Amino acid sequence: MAFDWSSIPGSLPILWQGMIVSLQITLVGVLVGILLGILLALLRLSPNRLLSWLSAAYVTVFRSIPLVMVLFWFHLILIPLVVGLLFPGKRLELRLIAALTAFSLFEASYYAEIIRAGILSVTKGQFNAGLALGMNRRQVMRLVVLPQALRRMVPLLLTQAIILFQDSTLVYVINLDDFFRKAYNVGNTVGTLNELILFAGAVYLVICTLASGCVRQLQRKLTVLPVK
Amino acid sequence: MCPSLVIPFLALSASAAHAFHLSAFTFHFSPLPALAAFDFSVFLRPSPESALNNLSYLLVGLGLSLLLALASWVVAFVVGSVVGVMRTLPGRILPFIGACYVEFFRNVPLLVQLFIWFFVVPDVTPVLGDWFKQQVPPIWQEFIAGTACLGLFTAARIAEQVRAGIGSLGAGQIGAGLALGLKRRQVYLLVLLPVAYRILIPTLTSEFLNLIKNTAVASTIGYLELAQRSASMAETTARVYEAFTAATLLYAALNLLVMFLARALERFTALPGFLGGRK
Repeated sequence: MAFDWSSIPGSLPILWQGMIVSLQITLVGVLVGILLGILLALLRLSPNRLLSWLSAAYVTVFRSIPLVMVLFWFHLILIPLVVGLLFPGKRLELRLIAALTAFSLFEASYYAEIIRAGILSVTKGQFNAGLALGMNRRQVMRLVVLPQALRRMVPLLLTQAIILFQDSTLVYVINLDDFFRKAYNVGNTVGTLNELILFAGAVYLVICTLASGCVRQLQRKLTVLPVK
Repeated sequence: MCPSLVIPFLALSASAAHAFHLSAFTFHFSPLPALAAFDFSVFLRPSPESALNNLSYLLVGLGLSLLLALASWVVAFVVGSVVGVMRTLPGRILPFIGACYVEFFRNVPLLVQLFIWFFVVPDVTPVLGDWFKQQVPPIWQEFIAGTACLGLFTAARIAEQVRAGIGSLGAGQIGAGLALGLKRRQVYLLVLLPVAYRILIPTLTSEFLNLIKNTAVASTIGYLELAQRSASMAETTARVYEAFTAATLLYAALNLLVMFLARALERFTALPGFLGGRK
């Protein structure tokens, strides 16, 4: 079967619009996800039992549900409910808001686990040494533990960002026009669905391969040899 | 009389029912949802799409999710082990092929891969593709495409873990095996893999849990698994809260069950001398 690639050059501007949505979701998801993730990880490690339990519950709940299901929840129930309470009577475009919120909160649970593991990988001796120097818990966290933990976490955080970029295609299920959805729509209308699917796949493959190559380089640079 | 429970602050009104369009995935919500009752009796009402009721409709969806996950797991485990072993072999070509496989399947989004298996592959395969499109019933088309996609996708991740597992055993094991006169194939089958799989049970478990969650992506090609069924139940009954809550709880329950079984398996196969092994 022959392929007909002629419809792709003309549809690049439309596809670019979709790519902006994909990048938007990724960027917001990564930033908010990491911030919330740090908060969740610190709560999880805090001596307060209740806070620790709440954070654990949040992470467990989000990690046990498929992303598709999470998107359904936010698109059909949570966002309409919240927006309905805040701006009664207004008709807003909720899909993008739903996607951004869903990805931020969902990814936060994954980031929390990465960050927690990073913090736990710093040995207890470091923590105690900080306390012995007269710092309080918060200072030890900020000045001793987190800088070391971040160094170890950065490659994992970036890898998770690449996964998030790929997962953003799932906004397909709430009809949001991201890059892949646009490609699918163009293919469907023009009648070259196969070509557009393959093209979209190739674009993701190139972007993600390059990005994970960069992460690997960075990882090599960040690795500190253990002091003997 | 059907029992119903009223939770006023958590639920939406049945009047939101009129706000739904009857097509999959394109719901529109009234911007100001009224507060009303959480009505569990909806699960006992007959479903337009299955013989019994809405609860059985969802449970069959759970079964279909699990079935797809298990079938994909077989593919993923076999292919993943082969690719993982390839990456640890001496020489250049086989490890390179293994690395390419992993890079390719990890760097294309799952949804795109699924669409490639479902739409593109049958079109470009000469004879088999036509047979697939014309003779195979739709549900099997979805199941087969889903199994191929999820299986090969998960295989790339399992391959990485098998490689890491074999790597963690150290060169000493291979050397010892070879020195005892075993062939390389025997070293892998009798020495390396049996130990590597046991070490890997926790990570393989989390891969299987990921796989179960990923089956929800198959809803996009029309495979009627749990997530898709909860959406379509929400549509036919206008009980969005109940449908999604039930599906979410079923996913969580399946998750817990798998974790429980995996922990039992881990205890059963634990080796003395390793962390967490028998004393």
